[in-house]
Amino acid sequence: MSNPAIINDRLDELQQEWEEKHLKTSLRKMPESQDEFSTVSLKPINRLYTPRDIENIDFERDINFPGMPPYTRGIHPTGYRAKPWTMRQFAGFGSAFDTNQRFKYLLEHGQTGLSTAFDLPTLMGYDSDHPVSEGEVGKCGVAISSREDMEVLFDGIPLDQVTTSMTINAPASMIFAFFLATAERQGVKWRDIGGTLQNDILKEYIAQKEWIYPPRPAMRLITDTFKFTAAEMPRWNSISISGYHIREAGATAAQELAFTLRDGIEYVEYGARVGLDVDEFAPRLSFFFNAHNDFFEEIAKYRAARRIWYRVMTERFKAKNPRSHQLRFHAQTAGVSLTVQQPINNISRVAIQALAAVLGGAQSLHCDGYDEALALPTERAALIALRTQQIIAHETGVVNAVDPLGGSYFVEKLTNELEEEAWEYFRKIDAMGGMVEAIEAGFPQKEIHESAYQYQRAVERDEKVIVGVNAYQMETNELGEANILQIDESVARLQEERLAKLRAQRDKAAAQRALDALKRGAEDPDVNTMPLLIDCARADCTLGEMCDALRPIFGEYQEPDF
Amino acid sequence: MSEIKIRVLLAKPGLDGHDRGVKVIARALRDAGMEVIYTGLRQTPEQIVNAALQEDVDIIGLSILSGAHMTIFPRVLDLMREKGMDDVLLFGGGIIPEDDIPKLKEAGVGAVFLPGASTEDIIKYIRENVKPRE
Repeated sequence: MSNPAIINDRLDELQQEWEEKHLKTSLRKMPESQDEFSTVSLKPINRLYTPRDIENIDFERDINFPGMPPYTRGIHPTGYRAKPWTMRQFAGFGSAFDTNQRFKYLLEHGQTGLSTAFDLPTLMGYDSDHPVSEGEVGKCGVAISSREDMEVLFDGIPLDQVTTSMTINAPASMIFAFFLATAERQGVKWRDIGGTLQNDILKEYIAQKEWIYPPRPAMRLITDTFKFTAAEMPRWNSISISGYHIREAGATAAQELAFTLRDGIEYVEYGARVGLDVDEFAPRLSFFFNAHNDFFEEIAKYRAARRIWYRVMTERFKAKNPRSHQLRFHAQTAGVSLTVQQPINNISRVAIQALAAVLGGAQSLHCDGYDEALALPTERAALIALRTQQIIAHETGVVNAVDPLGGSYFVEKLTNELEEEAWEYFRKIDAMGGMVEAIEAGFPQKEIHESAYQYQRAVERDEKVIVGVNAYQMETNELGEANILQIDESVARLQEERLAKLRAQRDKAAAQRALDALKRGAEDPDVNTMPLLIDCARADCTLGEMCDALRPIFGEYQEPDF
Repeated sequence: MSEIKIRVLLAKPGLDGHDRGVKVIARALRDAGMEVIYTGLRQTPEQIVNAALQEDVDIIGLSILSGAHMTIFPRVLDLMREKGMDDVLLFGGGIIPEDDIPKLKEAGVGAVFLPGASTEDIIKYIRENVKPRE
């Protein structure tokens, strides 16, 4: 169904005329500034795209209308015309008390969803008072070691009235258990809660490297959450399959796309292996992509992601529910692109990156604070980031038409090329036996490292310009930032006191019984660990105790030297 | 003289797993002809200093993005002094607020490289500051 009106007999003639009469003269008078132009992923880009570049596109098969397969143009027929994306700023620092205040501040200023950043001890499954936590408590996010901490975090925030996302992976099911026990205390029914658990361990082995257990038992914890949420929580996204961290680790846009969607395939396969019907859990899979600097490449990436996922779900998994076919995603601007030099410039970078995510049809969005190459964002930086989203939504007009770049020769061609690169990676990873096997062989890790290194070299050869870093440097501090968020060690001391009190006051026998039941359940692969973890949370077992209970059974992951 | 390679231990202490930077640096230093030992993730200060002793390195580099730098650098320096490693240099890089840099340098950290630093600058720093071996 290619459009014959676009490619008419005159096209080649016109192109020849342009090259002979216009291009040659122009190049002679004014040579181009570089021999080769490329994206931030070092993907070569042609001078010009024409109808010839999209001649193989079949409108119905490849593009179609929004809300219709293959969803290239978005999953909603009206795009953002009914409501804009969810403005979900990622926040977390210090104690649960500190972050609760920040949550309320963001909600007061028009934020429409919550997103929780946890500190490193929590991400690694250690209590705040564990020796390895020293110096790290509350630094990169909020410290949560118990159900009590979680109750403080969401104090005065009814969990059935705002959707909540939690960025937690290796101990995702333990933190989720605290969250569900907190909801019970608030008198909120689980089935009324909307939100997302990141719960994506594969990208941890690939990129972010916050793991506890080896891949296979970790996958069991995840399929346990799939089963639990499929039965109990119809509004809950059981996983957020994340390319964000893969990209931050140095992947190209194509690698981000390919490894993330191949992770998605792996989760669907593991879900099927434990007896779930694909349409039972696939509608609640969600995705999370980076919004990086290269504007058109990013837009093409999101459009390609939706089309690939539709094809995977219908062709590979024979899913029947249209909700299973529709890729929904959150986007976050690229932390790695923020510069320490002239940090105020980051406001501009973030705005352009966020615009790409919106033009690519994101369901929800986080904008980075301009000071995040220095530390966690101050309240002021977080507010400017939220305002950036509101300016895009209300002032730029980009929400007026659905998929406004659809049909662009360039964007459609890029969309096709990124899709093709992803299929090529799928073929390689399938040949290795799957993503778990590819990770065990170090394949995605090595590919990403290579890309990171090549990019660094391109910057150092000045082939890629970073304003303020390798060009337009300044000695003065006019675009600097004097105030940064400081987290001191009083957070750690507070956590130590709270944990000591909790351990002294709880019913010790009940806590021990819950942990014993968890251990027994973990040894039987047919038992779902999720209800047992909720019992542990109700009995005031700590995060560290729950994670430790499973270490002897599941083992601990050691990264091989790749 | 030029036959003797500079030996560098790169380490990532603390709980953070973001190792893009340290791995890029490791490769750049190797490409520049140095002998690089990378410890991998989540090494304690004790493990780092012991590895540096065993490997007989000229310089130790720490990558810290987690905000724990004011705890970790002083501890590594203390351990280095305890073990009498007076001729070994310590440098670092990561997400480190500028206000903390003078404090770290005063404590004995030779150089702190922030995001955007070029690998060339790091190579130059090491070559200019490591004392040539006998």
